[in-house]
Amino acid sequence: MKTMSYREAVRDAIAESMRASDEVFIMGEDIAEMGGSMGVTQGLLDEFGASRVRNTPISEMAIVGAGIGAAMQGMRPIVEIMYEDFITLSLEQIVNQAAKHRFMSGGQLKVPMVIRTQGGAGWSPGAQHAQQLEAWLVHVPGLKVVFPSTPADVRGLLWSSIYDDNPVVFFEHRLLYPIKDEVPETLEPIPLGKARVIREGKDVTVIATGPLVHRALKAAEEAEADGISVEVVDPRTLQPLDEDGLIESVKKTNRCVVAHEAVTRMGFGAEVVAVLQEKAFDYLDAPIQRVGAKFAPLAFAPAMEQFVVPGPQDVLDAIRKTVAKA
Amino acid sequence: MSKTEKKRALTEDRLREFLREMLLIRRFEEKVEERFRAGELPGFLHVAIGQEAVAVGACAAMADGDVFGSTHRAHGHTLARGTHPNAVMAELYGKMEGCSHGYGGSMHLYDVERGNLGANAVVGGGIPAMVGAGLAFSMRDEPRVAIAFFGDGATNTGTFHESLNLAQLWKTRTVFICENNTWAESTPGWQHSPVWDDMSKRAVAFDMHSIKVNGQDVEEVFEKTSEALEYARSGAGPVFLDVETFRMHGHYIGDPQVYRGKEDRDEAAERDPIVRLREILQVTSEEWAALEAEVKEIVDVSVEFAKNGTDPQPEDALKNIYA
Repeated sequence: MKTMSYREAVRDAIAESMRASDEVFIMGEDIAEMGGSMGVTQGLLDEFGASRVRNTPISEMAIVGAGIGAAMQGMRPIVEIMYEDFITLSLEQIVNQAAKHRFMSGGQLKVPMVIRTQGGAGWSPGAQHAQQLEAWLVHVPGLKVVFPSTPADVRGLLWSSIYDDNPVVFFEHRLLYPIKDEVPETLEPIPLGKARVIREGKDVTVIATGPLVHRALKAAEEAEADGISVEVVDPRTLQPLDEDGLIESVKKTNRCVVAHEAVTRMGFGAEVVAVLQEKAFDYLDAPIQRVGAKFAPLAFAPAMEQFVVPGPQDVLDAIRKTVAKA
Repeated sequence: MSKTEKKRALTEDRLREFLREMLLIRRFEEKVEERFRAGELPGFLHVAIGQEAVAVGACAAMADGDVFGSTHRAHGHTLARGTHPNAVMAELYGKMEGCSHGYGGSMHLYDVERGNLGANAVVGGGIPAMVGAGLAFSMRDEPRVAIAFFGDGATNTGTFHESLNLAQLWKTRTVFICENNTWAESTPGWQHSPVWDDMSKRAVAFDMHSIKVNGQDVEEVFEKTSEALEYARSGAGPVFLDVETFRMHGHYIGDPQVYRGKEDRDEAAERDPIVRLREILQVTSEEWAALEAEVKEIVDVSVEFAKNGTDPQPEDALKNIYA
């Protein structure tokens, strides 16, 4: 084992996949000389050259659309949408084109591409640079959606996404980039559609994504002091969803909290709750609690932003609530 | 398309072949209108009657390995590129034997083996992918070209502008074919674009090589498309073809065209590309009757084939979502 930051792990997966195949290339805004607005793609231009590491104009529709065409012609493009908020500009291409070419052609085409993007609150960017929109994409048949929370997961899942034959929307989180953790010595692909138990526990399952995995771990430590044993499960892939993995944990603990940074209303957690009530209802000893952002655009002032975005305390409160309702 | 073939003047035989293809597309689409009105065809259909010379001339200029993306008005492009009329008609009837196996319909005709990467029902939505396909050809230095068909209405979409900019910037092997029939659905060119009567001005903004084409003259369409493809194929950069054409019928089948005056419809009818070529070739009435009979047979057979095709099972709707 060695240690890598989440940022380095993303970069390593891109570089390793580009070393492995000439089909893989990357394009996006400011990714070449600048190395990406988050510094993720630093060094790639030097190693792979300007043909495979392409700075694009600020044209989100064309960036994604060109990726689709290249993918249909045998390439494996990685396209970067600088901020998740800007994915709104390319949604037509993602939703109507990338997701549907295989289907509309009756199986003649495939679109193997990765749309990498990142977002996340916690640094006061205001309302247009930190939204969490993953639920929008999970709603579209034909897309796969991945949202890893740790360096090891982001590395193995990005590799698998690049070599998947479908369009994959790959969510990273700004606050996770500096997080360091152990990763395998050499890159080990992680299959899409498998949840991971991050922390084992007996009394309540917290199903969390992205930064909420880490906030749930903090909450779990505090709950432990109160004698509550918390299991933290990260679905990692939101589509396809490892329903069995989540159900298995809930069958063991009989209580559940779902937690994400996105707005609670119609968030990914709502789908998880629906799946669990449908398939694990008899195992639940208490209503499932939801943790997410309050229903508001993100305000600029830090005090307001922190009020809206869920933190460890919100997860802890939800854990206590579900345990109290025995 | 080899250089020698491009520079060779078209033989009369070749032009007669073009005439046959144009007539086949015309009669095919008239049959589609008829069967739609008879209630046999589900969905939303658009014919390109009057624009056959663009489809036939442009598709004949393409080489094996070239790819294209089409629009909601795609029957002509698909037939002209060699997809069997049976497969196109079967698709319109929603049959498994259709060129998209019943998953696409009139607005999503595909035939990947023949380079048809899909007819697109979002105006402008299919253009960027042809930039990406052309990029792939450039990156691998393959002598192939990706062709984007679209109408004048699409030149007002963001994807159009982003695509032309990116293609020219990266010199992708792409040819943009603007079929300017001066109608964006029911909205005339003068109401939707400040440069509606000279679309090549769109290319000027991107410093892109553009060529004006009379879209009712199939020989000219073939020659100018060949020139454009050769230019793009060489890696010199993308080309914008400003093709002036006429939509003789409505936007969709059943469109009463309340927005369109008789004068405009008459003008379109006068510019019929099939009548024009027939006159140039001095086709005798006997030859014409034989041609009509040949084409009618093909179209009638396609309808029979389609009607006898296999209906998909309802559960097939859940297939082909993921690779």
